[in-house]
Amino acid sequence: MSERQPKVLSVAGLRKVYGATVAVDGVSFEVGRGEIVGLLGPNGAGKTTTINMILGVLEPTAGTIEVEGVDVRRERSRALSCTNFAAVYAPLPGNLTVTQNLRVFGMLYGVTNLSQRIRELLEEFDLRHLRDAKCGVLSSGEQTRVALAKAMLNRPHLLLLDEPTASLDPASARETRERMRRFAAGGGCGVLWTSHNMYEVEEVCDRVLFVSKGRVLLEGDPRKLPSEHGRDSLEDLFIAVAREPLTLVPGVAA
Amino acid sequence: MRASRAAAIFLRQFYLLRGSVARVLPLFAWITVDIILWGFITRYLNTVAAPGYNFVPALLGAVLLWDFFARVMHGVTTAFLEDVWSRNFLNFFASPLKISEYLAGLVLSSIATSAVGLLVMLVLASAVFGLSFASYGILLVPFLLVLFLFGIALGVVGAAVVLRFGPASEWFVWPLPALVSPFAGVFYPLSTLPLWMRGAARALPPSYVFEGMRSVVAGGAVSWAALVWGVLLAFAYVLLACWLFVRVHRHVVRTGLLARYSAETV
Repeated sequence: MSERQPKVLSVAGLRKVYGATVAVDGVSFEVGRGEIVGLLGPNGAGKTTTINMILGVLEPTAGTIEVEGVDVRRERSRALSCTNFAAVYAPLPGNLTVTQNLRVFGMLYGVTNLSQRIRELLEEFDLRHLRDAKCGVLSSGEQTRVALAKAMLNRPHLLLLDEPTASLDPASARETRERMRRFAAGGGCGVLWTSHNMYEVEEVCDRVLFVSKGRVLLEGDPRKLPSEHGRDSLEDLFIAVAREPLTLVPGVAA
Repeated sequence: MRASRAAAIFLRQFYLLRGSVARVLPLFAWITVDIILWGFITRYLNTVAAPGYNFVPALLGAVLLWDFFARVMHGVTTAFLEDVWSRNFLNFFASPLKISEYLAGLVLSSIATSAVGLLVMLVLASAVFGLSFASYGILLVPFLLVLFLFGIALGVVGAAVVLRFGPASEWFVWPLPALVSPFAGVFYPLSTLPLWMRGAARALPPSYVFEGMRSVVAGGAVSWAALVWGVLLAFAYVLLACWLFVRVHRHVVRTGLLARYSAETV
């Protein structure tokens, strides 16, 4: 991605400490318009903590987060009005129907022509036949589609997707990846994407950040990074980051 | 503050109420039982007590006003607890929703649900037991205002407690009105209380309402100054409660409790 592109997300020196535990340790990165950035790392690496801080539900111990130049800490509401997210650990209320959920969240995000937008999303995510079904009775794959529809309600400039295809069958997962790529490319939206599926990451991400123990260890093109670090595949590189992070830290010989 | 965001919180409650007997029934079921029970008690007391004193406006009126206060408080906390039960905090608080808008939405929900309860009580108490609100006159307005405001304040405090201590702490919230009632002098004059309890009672806005109500029923004069003080005190409690909620929200965002809410890591 070009360096001159305006950044939708700028994270600088981000740090989160819980007592003696450092969950995120000086993370800095940017996401540009139309760019899909993969945030990769083993469980407990600090990916979700980072996403929670970007979403303003967790206060950083240090560092700054800006969405389109707006400081999340100082102007949370303004920064989040052009952001949205979908995560497996944040399902929409199961006691509301699909349409009711989309309407409530559409109002929260200040979506104009909301009824029209809801109709478009029901069509796009193949949810029309489920519009009056309560979210709690949907399959996990259907719930994921509703969560993605909610994430697209406000046509966000920054989209945070935490394992968005984890509950989807291969066909739906591919469809979702294609949809997100089209959305990022067409709408100039920046996407931060976490996944443990390295095949998916290679297919969808323009750039990846490998995180381990709260620090960004590697950054680059997911299709070139493995060979640059003497690994056969992105999955091998992932396993190396998870098992021997020190061997991959710049300046420390493998 | 954007009204549409507060309206979204209200709309969510409306959707939940519309589709659920389990939510609609409690809006009036228990208070109906209360009015019927106390209605018959007051009828009985009227037959055994000295003639000339009517227990209906004094006792049944007190029950009605107290139940209204409790419904307002529970209206706020129940709307908040819906987000606890459906694990919805992350979705709401990761949106542009401001705390003031969220609280305004809870208050709107409470206005709607407590109005249903009040209407049912008014109809039942007047139609079946002959309770006439004309006997309170214009004073009914400040009475209801004080109780409404204090109910909102206590509801927001309850929500802050649950936000701070986790889902299981809802146990603390339900009995809050019962905890306040001995000090508020709902059924007896404050002069009945020992001195230390009277001090606490004066700090509680409902005590001014029930003292005033008894004066009206006894045909005495009502201290408007005391009532105005009660209104001001109730407003102050609303502001304090909102301040507390904001502080607790900041705390749970800083410590990570909000992001890991169900873990109840106090």
